[in-house]
Amino acid sequence: MSAILLAQEASLNQGLSLIGYGLGAIGPGIGVGLIFAAVINGTARQPEAQSKLMGIAWQTFVLVEVLALIGLVLFFIASAK
Amino acid sequence: MRALWLAEGGEFVPPGAGDFNLPPIFLGITKPMVLVVLSIVIISVFFLIASRRLKVVPSRFTFIAESVYDFGRNNIARELIGSKDFMPYVPLIVAMFTFVLVNNLFGIIPIIQFPTLAHIGFPMALSVLIIYPLWNYIGIRKHGLFGHFKHQLVPPGVPKPVLVLLVPVEIFVKFIMNPITHGIRVFAAMFAGHLILLVFTLAGEYLLLEAGGALKPVSVISWAFAIAMTFLEALIQVLQAYIFALLAANFIGSALSEEH
Repeated sequence: MSAILLAQEASLNQGLSLIGYGLGAIGPGIGVGLIFAAVINGTARQPEAQSKLMGIAWQTFVLVEVLALIGLVLFFIASAK
Repeated sequence: MRALWLAEGGEFVPPGAGDFNLPPIFLGITKPMVLVVLSIVIISVFFLIASRRLKVVPSRFTFIAESVYDFGRNNIARELIGSKDFMPYVPLIVAMFTFVLVNNLFGIIPIIQFPTLAHIGFPMALSVLIIYPLWNYIGIRKHGLFGHFKHQLVPPGVPKPVLVLLVPVEIFVKFIMNPITHGIRVFAAMFAGHLILLVFTLAGEYLLLEAGGALKPVSVISWAFAIAMTFLEALIQVLQAYIFALLAANFIGSALSEEH
């Protein structure tokens, strides 16, 4: 009886925000994969271009990664009781 | 600390955002304050010692300092601001790069072990209080007040009906989201990285001391992962410092660029 009463007080915020973060990390995951797939393809075609391609890869990687990181920060904000 | 005494009951308490609130050392001065001042002292002493008695052929220590300066000047500032008027901004770019780098690296140095930029105030001060006003000032000084907004919000060659949609979006992106995400990028990376290290380290400690007999060897795996994540964290920290300086130079360059 007391367990049921306690369960009614529990909030779903933490579980829902974790699901939200998981969904939000799909996009950046695909994005980072696409970036480095392009780097690998470009290096395979022209090995001399590797250093330039990796430079561009890191710059675009950080722009994509920030979306996943914003999701992580919002998880902590949203998971308050 | 909080996790340690709570775990005495036998339940693992995962680290959370509360573990970043370090108690003051004395008189309200907290550890991140001390670390920021320490980072400035380290950087200043480094460059001051390296620039004494400059010779045509540099010594090894001077060469390292010159490499750091050249990296900020050539790879970051000159590439993104353009070779015509990048020189006045090189000290700012090198300062941003070295400041963020040293403060990030504090997160994996053994005794210090706290990346100061994991407190949101520090990177937001850098991006919203320094880079953002500077970007506006440079744009207004070069193009005039109305010209700065027109230069940023109205790309050339866009038909008038599209502008009705484009200008509000550009206002939101360039004047609100760019400064905010500039700071949040490095904050979130340092926050997440420190949390990952905390999770593996505290989990290993819990498994070794509190868990049942069969789980005790698993703590070694947990600590091995902590070591692996430390190397990844080092890469992320250097990368975030590079990206912070790169984006600062990018904003300055976009304010200075000529009309196409």
